[in-house]
Amino acid sequence: MSSVKMKAIAGLIMTFAIAAAYADDDAGLVKKVKGDATIQRGERRIPARPGEKLLVSDRVMTGADGSVGITLHDGTLLSAGPNSTLILNKFEFNRTTNQGALDATLKRGTLAVVSGKLSKSSPDAVHYRTPTSILGVRGTEFLLEAGGN
Amino acid sequence: MRFPGKGYILILVAFVACGGCASPDRIVLLPNADGSPSAVIVKTASGERVIDKPYEAVSVNRSGDISRDKETPDTVRARFGSALDAQPQRAATYVLYYLNGKVIMTPESRAIVKKLKDDLKTRSAPEIIVVGHTDLVGSDEYNDELSLERAKDVQEILIATGVPADLITISGRGKRDPAVKTADGVPEPKNRRVEISIR
Repeated sequence: MSSVKMKAIAGLIMTFAIAAAYADDDAGLVKKVKGDATIQRGERRIPARPGEKLLVSDRVMTGADGSVGITLHDGTLLSAGPNSTLILNKFEFNRTTNQGALDATLKRGTLAVVSGKLSKSSPDAVHYRTPTSILGVRGTEFLLEAGGN
Repeated sequence: MRFPGKGYILILVAFVACGGCASPDRIVLLPNADGSPSAVIVKTASGERVIDKPYEAVSVNRSGDISRDKETPDTVRARFGSALDAQPQRAATYVLYYLNGKVIMTPESRAIVKKLKDDLKTRSAPEIIVVGHTDLVGSDEYNDELSLERAKDVQEILIATGVPADLITISGRGKRDPAVKTADGVPEPKNRRVEISIR
């Protein structure tokens, strides 16, 4: 086999590997946006718009007039108020078993949470963090404020 | 007229109350929409606290010290209004029933499809999650397959009525999640169903 062909095949395999990784990272969907709201994904900054995907490791940021509402695939509703930074550290959800894990950090600002299926099926694998605290959840709606510096 | 002395005292008081640090983190429990009991467990470097009543709150300073607090609907509104207003519309669930061991919808269930399409129009970036279920007759493998076939049936009907295919996600949960708990092997019409959640 020629090296050109080899490279082409290697490239193809890489493409599939990346596509698969993205599908696994897919965590939710932006539903509602007001004012300035962006998603930082690695080096990229994407405007948060309704219909935009949220991936694991994304950092969601709102400006002084901004807010954003997100639905995760297990039905969890996350909505952040102005001047907020929210990071989705981890999200796994198996649609057949409803098992998985969720870990999110509110670095600053305000966040409203309505828990989804994961907090029922995998309650010990669901954690929310602020700069000072780690929260465990027992099937709930709650609010977080991170004072920031 | 100015009172520089008074201003000085005020600044001093503010400094003492805050302990020279940034504003604390705060966690507030809200009532569950369905009225069921709930709790949040807060862990910090210096302790742990459980809040389990609506509007109970804790604040946590930079050193992790936790103090109890109480919010009201009004104080919550003032502090968290924007975050609450940004909350996505809640999911609505529609249930379609199936004939015994078959992938054939009961005639009454067909009428629900129209209601579902009207609901869809009210939503921003809508998603349709179709989950098939079975009763507890038969093996896990058989029911996993049957539940998925039922979900596919609903998917096809929705697409045929003009719902964009890329909004729909399907899965089958077999006999894991019966609507009516029965012993294994018991036929139960209420468990032979597809739940469609729109959000």
